[in-house]
Amino acid sequence: MTGTTPNTARRAVPLWAQIIIWVSLLGLLVMVAIELNHSQQGQVARGDRIGNFTMPLFSGFELNGQGQFNLADYHGKVVMVNFWASWCKPCEQEAPDLEQAWQFYQGDGRVVFVGADYVDTEPEARAYLAKFGITFANGPDLGTRVSQLFRIKGVPETYFIDRQGILQYAQIGPFESVDEIKSIIDPLLK
Amino acid sequence: MTMKRLFGTSILALLAAAFFTGLVLAQQPVPTPSDDQVNHIAHQLYCPVCENTPLDVCPTEACRQWRDLIRQQLAQGWTEDQIKQYFVQQYGVRVLAEPPQSGLNWLIYILPPLIILAGAFILFRALRTWTRPASASAAVGANESAAQDEYVARLEEELKKRK
Repeated sequence: MTGTTPNTARRAVPLWAQIIIWVSLLGLLVMVAIELNHSQQGQVARGDRIGNFTMPLFSGFELNGQGQFNLADYHGKVVMVNFWASWCKPCEQEAPDLEQAWQFYQGDGRVVFVGADYVDTEPEARAYLAKFGITFANGPDLGTRVSQLFRIKGVPETYFIDRQGILQYAQIGPFESVDEIKSIIDPLLK
Repeated sequence: MTMKRLFGTSILALLAAAFFTGLVLAQQPVPTPSDDQVNHIAHQLYCPVCENTPLDVCPTEACRQWRDLIRQQLAQGWTEDQIKQYFVQQYGVRVLAEPPQSGLNWLIYILPPLIILAGAFILFRALRTWTRPASASAAVGANESAAQDEYVARLEEELKKRK
């Protein structure tokens, strides 16, 4: 009985092509993993050391005559970073309380308040600051860099950094009263 | 002499008229931009607050403010590129519907066609592999039937001889 054997021999993919394919796939997977890890990290947590950041300040809302806020300059002080926006209704609820708290601590010199205006337009932001008589340092979160550092999920959110640069409290949502703000800051001053 | 003075005065008057006409034209404000002009730019932007919703159709207050800002900038004579650049500077590159073709962003433009090409190549090779054994086995089958026919023919021949 006669028969033919089918030719099943396959041409191998060149080694260089295999390396490129596998390296590309690996690179893609690493990028996806990094991105997933970043998105699932959640907000910064109590006890985290906050990395240094700088933020320009609106004219008229400078801090100690400086047009730029630099966290490193305030090491040794309690720093409150408040994320807000003029389009954010809950922010309006806490704005007078924040200003009142600032008036209370301003003379002390051991506390610094800074507002980071998140995804906003300057004319509306200025109108908001004027409406609520805000006097503490405020500036635009340019390129959403600061909000990305804190990994905020929305506004308002407020973070309290102690004198060693460690995050001690994160308020998600608006404050209910001035006393609530004081009850967070006072223990950090002891 | 009189003609010369008249000519000189006329020239001066013409120059003055041209100067003041230029001034008036320069002072004329840019006409108020239409919704279509605003939306043309807004369509190319995404507000980070409302992900996956282009700015031109986003109903939130934040996006309305952005559209108003675009209108103001257009009214001030800003170009489309200047406005987009401003938004990138203020809110980061992620506001752009189409990321700029630079740095790692190139991957977004290069990878999809490369993956499609690679997929087509793999499919082509797989199809060739799948179809080859089938034709080969068909050839074997044909040979077998031919061989069988030959065997049958010989068998019949032998039977005839014995009769």
